[in-house]
Amino acid sequence: MEFVFFVEVLAGGLLAGVMYALVALGFVLIYKASGVFNFAQGAMVFFAALTFVSLTEAGWNFWLALVVTLAAMVLLGIATERVVLRPLVNQAPITLFMATIGLTFVLEGLSQMIWGSQPHGLELGVPDVPMEWLSQRWNVNISQFDLFAALVAGVLVAVLALFFQKTRIGRALRAVADDHQAALAVGIPLQHIWAIVWAVAGFVALVAGLMWGVRNGVQYALTFVALKALPVLILGGFESILGAIVGGLIIGATEKLAEVYLGPFVGGGIESWFAYVVALVFLLFRPEGLFGEKIIDRV
Amino acid sequence: MLYREAGQFKSTYAQDQQIFPILQDRVAIAILLAVAFLLVPAFGNQYWLGAILTPFLIFSLAALGLNILTGYAGQLSLGTAAFMAVGAFMTYNFVLRIPGIPILAAFVLAGLCAAAVGIVFGLPSVRIKGFYLAVATLAAQFFVLWVLQRVGWFSNYSTSGVITAQEIAILGYRFDTPAKKYLLTLAVVAAMALLAKNLMRSETGRAFMAVRDMDVAASVVGIPMMKTKLLAFAISSFYAGVAGALHAFTYLGTVEPEAYSLDLSFRILFMVIIGGVGSILGSFLGAGFIILFPIFLNLASGWVSGLFGVEISFAVVSNLEVIIFGGLIIFFLIAEPHGLARLWQIAKEKLRLWPFPH
Repeated sequence: MEFVFFVEVLAGGLLAGVMYALVALGFVLIYKASGVFNFAQGAMVFFAALTFVSLTEAGWNFWLALVVTLAAMVLLGIATERVVLRPLVNQAPITLFMATIGLTFVLEGLSQMIWGSQPHGLELGVPDVPMEWLSQRWNVNISQFDLFAALVAGVLVAVLALFFQKTRIGRALRAVADDHQAALAVGIPLQHIWAIVWAVAGFVALVAGLMWGVRNGVQYALTFVALKALPVLILGGFESILGAIVGGLIIGATEKLAEVYLGPFVGGGIESWFAYVVALVFLLFRPEGLFGEKIIDRV
Repeated sequence: MLYREAGQFKSTYAQDQQIFPILQDRVAIAILLAVAFLLVPAFGNQYWLGAILTPFLIFSLAALGLNILTGYAGQLSLGTAAFMAVGAFMTYNFVLRIPGIPILAAFVLAGLCAAAVGIVFGLPSVRIKGFYLAVATLAAQFFVLWVLQRVGWFSNYSTSGVITAQEIAILGYRFDTPAKKYLLTLAVVAAMALLAKNLMRSETGRAFMAVRDMDVAASVVGIPMMKTKLLAFAISSFYAGVAGALHAFTYLGTVEPEAYSLDLSFRILFMVIIGGVGSILGSFLGAGFIILFPIFLNLASGWVSGLFGVEISFAVVSNLEVIIFGGLIIFFLIAEPHGLARLWQIAKEKLRLWPFPH
């Protein structure tokens, strides 16, 4: 019984971690290509989910709404590149980071102004209920939707990997990530690449927004979920897609386990900060993350 | 300005290095202080004193604290509100648990507590920088609030977690009206601003700026990296802590941990960016802007609906406010990274030559 419970908590945590990883992926994509730490990823998740759910509630067809939302995210990516990033090129990373904090506020205000601020429910046809055969046979409760989310994340990572490895744009992206100047020298248009990366990050944000929307409803609190992606990134390393996944799993699992096994001793609710403290401790010992490149200069 | 420093000769080093080397500047500051200390409390009404000027001063102090850390020492922090919370709750506890403690001593002790917390969460800064550090300070933000909510001792086991600030008295003199609270706040803020201004002109301040501009070079010329960074965190948190104490005692009166959310940290960061990164004056300008702008926006929406007969809902105005703040951040970072303080300086330089710019 104890063990079954442990497995259940662990599985729940790992699957929640998949959801964190979905958000973290968007950060990694942008960081790899442009060295910008995009604080606005959470706002993009919120914006995408809210746009999608508002369109479907207005009676639009699922696919039509999806395509329109995707188009909006792509436009947003291009606009961000043009308005925010291009004038700030060559600025210190910390300046760009603060600019994305500004972008966060713009996006949050914009999405709530257009679509209103009331929370919405979201259904994708996969109910968020424990799978029966698992609970009957092993007495383990694992949500069907969590597995679906894991599957989606897997597919997404596979698609991204293919995109990065096999397509012309993907190769250009990797070149830019490797060395901006060398990429420019061989004729890769940097600005297009950045716009594309932001658009792809918008796509990832849309997927993450849909998954989180089903789980928690589409509401303002989604932007806080995105903050949880930060410790994930620290654990996994900023430059690694694999790191985002593994970091997400570790954070999700430790957070849930800590909440269940440590929480009662200290009064509960430690989920809100445990991930950050794990990241903090981690930073002290391995600042580059599990899979990150070791480039942090010590001072 | 309309005046020039022509004819004001300095014959000693002390004269050369004073804060305001120009006579007219000294006069202007003296007038400003006189107005703030004498005229404003005499003529300001309850609303202006209690709801605008007092919070303006308090947030200026918090922004000043963050500016010391971010603007001068170059370490980004997203946890300012948490340090304010430490200051607020510790002042409450000092007054509660040590009978007869002078309130100003309680402020200082609470500030020192905030500084200690700041040092703990500043420790990672010794090894990391940039947004890694931002995440570390996020940990402070969430962890501190959680502790204040969960550990009953801090709120004297009140069931709601809300604390009510005790009454403020210095040597038996009670600060109970908005005007008196404003004066107390003003005195504390003015003293601490002067301290900050001088600190930043001293060896400490120069060390901070050296670390900000190039840490490797700074350590090569013999600036102790760990001590400097932790000192920056300590001083910054001390300022934030005192600001938090004032926030609870002279402004709100009753506070709960939730009041010091991440949102407040961002607002203070915005004050620093808009006001001017690395400028004492900028902290005040930024705080004034962020406090006054929503009020202005509300008024403006009233005018617009009066003019065009369109009713603008409260939700639209508050969302618009968020959008404009975000947009302004981006605008300032692109167009004027040194914020309003720099604009003020440019205006001064232009006016110095006006009306004959050649």
